[in-house]
Amino acid sequence: MKVRYLTGVASAALLAATLAVPASAEDIKQGGSMIVTYKDDVSTLDPAIGYDWQNWSMIKSLFDGLMDYEPGTTDLTTDLAESYTISEDGKTFTFKLRDGVTFHNGRKLTAEDVKYSLDRVVNPKTQSPGAGFFGSIKGYDAVAAGEAESLDGVSVVDPLTVKIELSRPDATFLHVMALNFSFVVPKEEVEKWGADFGKHPVGSGAFSLEEWTLGQRLVFKRNAEYWRAGTPKLDQITFEVGQEPVVALLRMQRGEADIPGDGIPPAKFLEVMKDPQSKDLIIEGGQLQTGYVSMNVKMPPFDKLEVRKAVNMAINKERVVRIINGRAVVANQPLPPSMPGYDKDYKGYSFDPEAAKKLLAEAGYPDGFETELYVYNTDPNPRIAQSIQADLAAIGIKAELKALAQANVIAAGGEADQAPMIWSGGMAWIADFPDPSNFYGPILGCAGAVKGGWNWSWYCNEELDKLAAEADSITDPARKEEREKLWGKIFTSIMDDAPWVPVFNELRFTMRSDRLGGPDAIFVDPVHIPVNYDYVWAKDVQ
Amino acid sequence: MVSYVIRRLLQSALILLGVSLVTFILLYLIPADPARQIAGRSATAQTVENIREQLGLNLPFYEQYVRYLLNLLQGDLGRSYLQKTEVSELIAARLPATLLLMAGAIFCELLIGLTMGLVAALKRNTPTDTTLMVLSFTGVSSPQFVIGILLLYVFAVQLGWFPIGGYGTFMHLVLPSLTLGLLGAGWYARMMRSAMLDVLRQDFIRTARAKGLKRVQVLFGHAVPNALLPIIAMIGIDIGLFMSGIVVVESVFGWPGIGQLAWQAIQRVDIPIIMGVTLVSACAIVLGNFLADMVAPLIDPRIKLR
Repeated sequence: MKVRYLTGVASAALLAATLAVPASAEDIKQGGSMIVTYKDDVSTLDPAIGYDWQNWSMIKSLFDGLMDYEPGTTDLTTDLAESYTISEDGKTFTFKLRDGVTFHNGRKLTAEDVKYSLDRVVNPKTQSPGAGFFGSIKGYDAVAAGEAESLDGVSVVDPLTVKIELSRPDATFLHVMALNFSFVVPKEEVEKWGADFGKHPVGSGAFSLEEWTLGQRLVFKRNAEYWRAGTPKLDQITFEVGQEPVVALLRMQRGEADIPGDGIPPAKFLEVMKDPQSKDLIIEGGQLQTGYVSMNVKMPPFDKLEVRKAVNMAINKERVVRIINGRAVVANQPLPPSMPGYDKDYKGYSFDPEAAKKLLAEAGYPDGFETELYVYNTDPNPRIAQSIQADLAAIGIKAELKALAQANVIAAGGEADQAPMIWSGGMAWIADFPDPSNFYGPILGCAGAVKGGWNWSWYCNEELDKLAAEADSITDPARKEEREKLWGKIFTSIMDDAPWVPVFNELRFTMRSDRLGGPDAIFVDPVHIPVNYDYVWAKDVQ
Repeated sequence: MVSYVIRRLLQSALILLGVSLVTFILLYLIPADPARQIAGRSATAQTVENIREQLGLNLPFYEQYVRYLLNLLQGDLGRSYLQKTEVSELIAARLPATLLLMAGAIFCELLIGLTMGLVAALKRNTPTDTTLMVLSFTGVSSPQFVIGILLLYVFAVQLGWFPIGGYGTFMHLVLPSLTLGLLGAGWYARMMRSAMLDVLRQDFIRTARAKGLKRVQVLFGHAVPNALLPIIAMIGIDIGLFMSGIVVVESVFGWPGIGQLAWQAIQRVDIPIIMGVTLVSACAIVLGNFLADMVAPLIDPRIKLR
């Protein structure tokens, strides 16, 4: 092992010396290929339907939407739209499309296609999990109910202009136009393949699907006609499926694969991080995710503010982070740090068991009480829950752990009187798009506090709901900062009521072989999860 | 004979119907709500309801089951909830890999098992015999995921003789076939040993020796073929055993067969795939047993089918 390892280092050094690294993006030559491995089969590549970690970024490489984000960031930018205008009242968006964009089948992309794609995603027959995101478009209700085929609010002005009217001002609408669900599909291909379109995707993206051998591999080929000149860099990407993360890691170390798509397996994490050979191949990034403990404000004694505050002060978050080998940062508010609106100056509740005990006594529980903590039964969550259980015991709260399957925990959280406390790990909310409103409505707003909803605290503050609606009606991009401040205030106000204990924000670690080049940020892209494939380049063709 | 075959076929159909019913009930009872799962976490209640209606999940149990059966009769196993592809297409795409693996496993178990059994019988009650029988016990009782990971670690990772999992070349086939075959090899070693000992005691062996045949001729011309007969019939039953083994072995080695498909589907509660693979496996087991029974009288005329 040692001998091979040394030769590995030597050859890596040799490789680095012989490869001239290009200075700027224009100097990077196109060509080369990479192999990405995954454990599970790729489910559908239909942009209206695909909604998991694996196909999310693949779909982004095959299709385009009106909007996108700057690579590696959460900054909105235009994509298929060359420009857009927003009316005074914030209810009409007019997008001017880029001229000369073609689908992989050679046909020109027009405003008709944009309209068709939006009509299709909302149509209940499509069974899109993202249909609800388009709820602010005029005519949504009729199409979603199956009473109409076409959205009233979406109209084709001319072949390169599409106008979208909303029934209410929606500041997040441009983000919605950057979601995969809004991506433009060609009608003739959708009709040709029917329900199998997801296996025969035809888009206008940087890559086209060349081969799909079920259960084995997918091959993406560079779209030579792609409108963004010089992109993508790679000629080919091969996705190999059916490989356990540990096997993927071994293959990578042997030089047989370039990116383990499922990440570094937790059991191998410390070993890989300590290994001087692989250490430099790892890129760390944030994630739009918060792990938290919810307290059901409708179930005594968590209806008492003092009790919820006491729990906030009782949990040793640093220790929880240590349990997952430091793969997270401690949180003090619902929003993750990379989300616009995050309040850097907010301190939150500090870890102070003594003060927590006092608060409990004030609330009328000097000897604590008994309760239940629900947790998803997959490692490391039960271990984290045990740590929280010990912290609670230290201030007198005896919490019984309920370790259940994911679906059962989610179901319990969606009932008003079932789960007093839930550790969100493994099921936590990950933002669909980088906007704070996506972290409010479903998980902390009144709309989510319904049977089957995701607001497991059943926290409903109507005043904050009003503020949230106000923030989301600020559609003028010039007032972006004002809006983000308002959102920041909403989330710190929530913390005054303490329905959650925000525990940590998970970090993401991507490993890539030494052959691959590209800015670190695209390997931990916050939107193109897990990797922004379009901007990766190969060192061996430079 | 003909009436026997017809009766067996009818029995097989009943067994398959029973399997489909039991599996359907079990999958119906698990607490996960398929409609909610397909709809995803951002879906509105309306979307979930739409999906439930379109998939017929709102119908009473018996109606869902009858619908499934009617589709099944037309060869329609439904579409995967998550992959959205026809289940029959997914299974068909993966079946060749599984059949190849089974063929490899049968080859491995016969080669290893029969050799071990033969040697053990000839060296009866010697340390060689004991060693071989201990080995066969180990083969029979070791969990396949342990054997698989061990083989992978030693021969692929440390020695680098074989690829670390995957599919495509002959070298890819060796380790998974061996893992899947070792269990059967243990059985065959024991069976071969006792069958050989049995045969070697028979009169016709003494006759063969007495008429002056060479030891090798006696062994391979008379003893082995007679000992093999009952063993051949067992291969059909092996197919059933393999069906449970492939789920583990294919997952360990990243082998793109239906076992891996089943494992992924179970983790993601993709009910149509679980149903489909279960039915295909049940068919294979029923077919394997049927063949074993059909072959038996051909090999041993003493057995009569009634």
